[in-house]
Amino acid sequence: MAKKLVTLTVNGETHELAVEPRELLIYVLREKLRLTGPHVGCETSHCGACTVDLNGKSVKSCTVLAAQADGAEITTIEGIGKPDALHVLQEMFREHHGLQCGFCTPGMITRAYRLLQENPTPTEEEVRFGISGNLCRCTGYQNIVKSILAAAEQMNAMKEAAE
Amino acid sequence: MKDLDEREERRSALKGLGCSRKRVEDVRFTQGKGHYVDDISMPGMLHGDFVRSPYAHARVVSIDASKALALPGVVAVLTAKDLEPLSLHWMPTLAGDKQMVLADGKVLFQGQEVAFVVAKDRYIAADAVELVEVEYEELPVLVDPFEALQSDVVLREDIKDAKEGAHGPRKHHNHIFTWEEGNAEATEQAIGAAEVVAEEMIYYHRTHPCPLEPCGTVASMDKVNGKLTIWGTFQAPHVVRTVASLLSGIEEHNIRVVSPDIGGGFGNKVGVYPGYVCAIVASIVTGVPVKWIEDRMENLMATAFARDYWMKGRIAATKEGKITALDVHVTADHGAFDACADPTKFPAGFFHIVTGSYDIPVAHVAVDGVYTNKAPGGVAYRCSFRVTEAAYCIERMIEVLAIELGMDAAELRRINFIKKEQFPYQSALGWEYDSGDYHTAWDKALKAVDYEGLRKEQAERVEAFKRGETRKLLGIGLTHFTEIVGAGPVKNCDILGMGMFDSCEIRIHPTGSAIARLGTISQGQGHATTFAQILASEIGLSADSITIEEGDTDTAPYGLGTYGSRSTPVAGAATAMAGRKIRAKAQMIAAYLLEVHDDDLEWDVDRFVVKGAPERFKTMKDIAYAAYNQAIPGLEPGLEAVSYYDPPNMTYPFGAYICVMEVDVDTGEWEVRQFYALDDCGTRINPMVIEGQVHGGVTEALAIAMGQEIAYDEMGNCKTGTLMDFYLPTAWETPNYTTDFTETPSPHHPIGAKGVGESPNVGGVPAFSNAVHDAFRAFGLRQSHMPHDHWRIWKIAQSLGLHQ
Amino acid sequence: MIPANFEYYRPDSVAAALGILQEHGDEARVIAGGHSLIPMMKLRMAEVPHLIDLQAIAALRGISIEGGTVRIGAMTTQNELITHDDLLQAAPILREAALQIADPQVRYMGTVGGNVANGDPGNDMPGLFQALDASFELHGPEGIRSVPARDFYEAAYMTAREDDEILTAITFARTSGGYAYEKQKRKIGDYATAAAAVLLTKEGGKVATAAIAMTNLSDTPVFCADAAGALVGTECTTDALAAADAAMQAVIDPMQDNRGPAEFKRHVAGVILKRAILRAWSRA
Repeated sequence: MAKKLVTLTVNGETHELAVEPRELLIYVLREKLRLTGPHVGCETSHCGACTVDLNGKSVKSCTVLAAQADGAEITTIEGIGKPDALHVLQEMFREHHGLQCGFCTPGMITRAYRLLQENPTPTEEEVRFGISGNLCRCTGYQNIVKSILAAAEQMNAMKEAAE
Repeated sequence: MKDLDEREERRSALKGLGCSRKRVEDVRFTQGKGHYVDDISMPGMLHGDFVRSPYAHARVVSIDASKALALPGVVAVLTAKDLEPLSLHWMPTLAGDKQMVLADGKVLFQGQEVAFVVAKDRYIAADAVELVEVEYEELPVLVDPFEALQSDVVLREDIKDAKEGAHGPRKHHNHIFTWEEGNAEATEQAIGAAEVVAEEMIYYHRTHPCPLEPCGTVASMDKVNGKLTIWGTFQAPHVVRTVASLLSGIEEHNIRVVSPDIGGGFGNKVGVYPGYVCAIVASIVTGVPVKWIEDRMENLMATAFARDYWMKGRIAATKEGKITALDVHVTADHGAFDACADPTKFPAGFFHIVTGSYDIPVAHVAVDGVYTNKAPGGVAYRCSFRVTEAAYCIERMIEVLAIELGMDAAELRRINFIKKEQFPYQSALGWEYDSGDYHTAWDKALKAVDYEGLRKEQAERVEAFKRGETRKLLGIGLTHFTEIVGAGPVKNCDILGMGMFDSCEIRIHPTGSAIARLGTISQGQGHATTFAQILASEIGLSADSITIEEGDTDTAPYGLGTYGSRSTPVAGAATAMAGRKIRAKAQMIAAYLLEVHDDDLEWDVDRFVVKGAPERFKTMKDIAYAAYNQAIPGLEPGLEAVSYYDPPNMTYPFGAYICVMEVDVDTGEWEVRQFYALDDCGTRINPMVIEGQVHGGVTEALAIAMGQEIAYDEMGNCKTGTLMDFYLPTAWETPNYTTDFTETPSPHHPIGAKGVGESPNVGGVPAFSNAVHDAFRAFGLRQSHMPHDHWRIWKIAQSLGLHQ
Repeated sequence: MIPANFEYYRPDSVAAALGILQEHGDEARVIAGGHSLIPMMKLRMAEVPHLIDLQAIAALRGISIEGGTVRIGAMTTQNELITHDDLLQAAPILREAALQIADPQVRYMGTVGGNVANGDPGNDMPGLFQALDASFELHGPEGIRSVPARDFYEAAYMTAREDDEILTAITFARTSGGYAYEKQKRKIGDYATAAAAVLLTKEGGKVATAAIAMTNLSDTPVFCADAAGALVGTECTTDALAAADAAMQAVIDPMQDNRGPAEFKRHVAGVILKRAILRAWSRA
């Protein structure tokens, strides 16, 4: 099959890549761009370990073709914070023990990032519903929920202080 | 007072035992910088993929790989014929059996590995799998272990006539072993003479650990210097190295096994799978790295399952409820090969912990292992070897006995608990329980949930239901479990002949920081955080100045790995013991520096102080520097230590769990209203990490009890191969938990710690299951098998006539 | 899991998409959000040599409410249904139902058109649109035609849509009165064990009109005219509920699967239908 040229803007950087139409976004991110934060967990769009932000939406990149994403703006966990400037969510996940093996964490934080953009003051119930597309096998979610609520609170306090 | 404050300040600066230190691992994980096996990419790396059997039992008539080989980019297609000259078409299992690496003449379960395609990339490999033509001749399928023991159909033709297996005599061609413990005669007598006997079949269904990261490996044979490096999802990297050496003939020093970050294990990553062997062979043959990563369906259908125990229990008691005897017979479905992960001596693991928390004078267990046309395995899924099966069995039998006696199940437990003063307690099935205080834990738990109030509410609910005012019932699920972890004394426990000790090696650097390497491997437990805490308290250097490294067999000391909650009891003890060796040498150095006798010094948090002269001291930092910079007569330079720890006994964590559940009689839907978990894991190293382990373990228990199963149809087709059907609850279905603790240290462990990772699974499953049963107790339910998914709960209600 | 290779197209008009469809016949398929099709392709249970991505066709997007008619472009996502304020006024049942589909990520990608067109009996929107008496707009080489949702489904994955047609929009009348979408499932992300869509209006304290459709209880969605009829003129009394249940039971045909045996699904269908009716009645 003829390869197709796609343009992906990932974490602010634009890449032109030749891909087979069947290549899945997750593998292009992981293997061509070496962004190994998002993971492959189930391959049938159930676990959410592959979650990235695509044009302002959380998507499961194991079920998106790179060709479908042609022209898109993508944010992965690697683009959410930097080592010297962590995102509040990254800090709160550590503070509240919101992770254990770390495999679901990139997808979980990336999803929580979009959730808080859309709803900056979620209730516990809204957080649980909002991350229900991301499975975690280690934490039982309780501390993940706590981490996200704490991040929301901090982000709002920072916003208030800035105003 | 000032001195005390100052000392406390120094102590808390260490971030040692008992502190909720934030995890050092999280810094990289939260930034997407974990390093898992599928993240490895090497120049020229090839990709492997399997052709798998669509049938559960069939003869392989022919395999034609010509079309696949003609596809550009395909390097090789391996079949059993290619592996046979290397004697690698079969491999030994952890249970003394052997298992096909690639189908040798027949297949014995759906999803079994038939051929291994090696190609330039994962896309071509997947295409080539489709092009391999395999002709099968279907054979009769056996999915029921009871039927398998009667059937003329021979599953394992390779050992058809073998009268002896790895664990003694075989009774039938589909029988694997019979294993017994306890006094059959005395138990039979006690049951015969008992005032009350309760009998029940308790089934603990087949399920799967299903870590979020599937299994995989990258094998790289460097033909220039003869070194083989294997990265992979290994819970026991050193054992993998030894096995790889024995199988390949490559000397062990030329093999390096590395477990990078592991995305959850829960027992699934203890065993050696055909994918590892094929990738290694392919790399040895091609001389380039070969990667094999399974997908989720392969993980669920072909890698190690857990449980599948049919447990026939008989429990005898006096009319007052004092238990007099217990007998359990288990029919254990092991699937196509006996690939159970248990110590060699114990083909049913530690199932004989089945007397639980109770003082039972006589008992007997017998386990029959059986072959069927299902995937092999039988790993401990977040429990020590077969302990969750045992705990479930006794905690269900207690409930059934309570029904038989018309007694409150909490009270029945209380009058049968082993008493605090009976420890160390010798159980009727041969274990020596190290320590416990069950009554205190039980009373604390009942009080915390207002047990009496709950029972009152339940009784009112039953009345309201009978009056037609509600369609929801209330269940109160009780559990008091006793775990047995920390395998184990080398005299009793080995894996493939390797004694189950563990190890720690410490190097103190001149400037007062350190690296410690262990034989275990974290899969989310946070070893890099907690082992540094153990060490900080032992050697007086801050945990923040201690690096913990695991998983690389070239650098780490030999150990048996992480599973069965053995890391803290065994490697944690090795860490403390190695730390004490460091301290012993440090004391001699300090004595030299302070010009006093060794005995004139005492240890004070982070320093040696001259007795009676507190202003004269040397901190561990001072001592570390001196160890490398001073010529001390009679002492070697440097400050290092290694400890290989063979525990004198197992540890016996315990706990009291109570689940309050609402059950909808019409739809079978359920809701956990409250879940209280009290754990006693001895000395608590990091309360935050303990709480996290409990949350996660109880959630896995929720999944197992309420929906998760590996199910087959009568043709042996696996019906639960994706996460649509294999139940993993989301944040939405998962409740909040309340955690609590008592602290009864282990008397034989250097720091008194017992291990906790698996307690919540062992205690959680019966708590959820008992809640479901308890909701229907007033209407006559005795026993209903897990998983308690909607339709099975509905079926209970229907069978009790609650739908009229 | 890797799909077999294929050619990928991203036309920017319906006409161009139809052209590609015609050129490649049954070797071509359109893809909307892809969350049903891509997993099938990865499992190699669907082979699609020519894949036509509809995302660039602006005409397939958007929700318009003009007069009494709601028109939803086929490429509208479930998330857009949930967040559209005017739609919430015009047909609140859509939001209630869409929130019960899959999970947040899937709802960002999953489209209304894909959900109704692929004919999966597990999908929620087909039954919903039958209850709404919606029409599906189909573009084909012969032009545009409209098929009532109630006539669209023939069997599992078999619909009235011809292979060379594209489903472009869904239209239905603005609703008034009470509504409810009730779904039982094992967990988030699962298909329904049973689901019920109920719409009803009230006049003079009695049900004036009613519409009921059930999901995942047969190889197609099940529009239950008789069940709805049993409610008209009643106050949704116990007897009326029982009559509706009986009428519904006569037309569903559930199959055993991992969610449970047919008998259980029938029971659940009855329970959730009654719950849906009562909730709709309380809102009427």
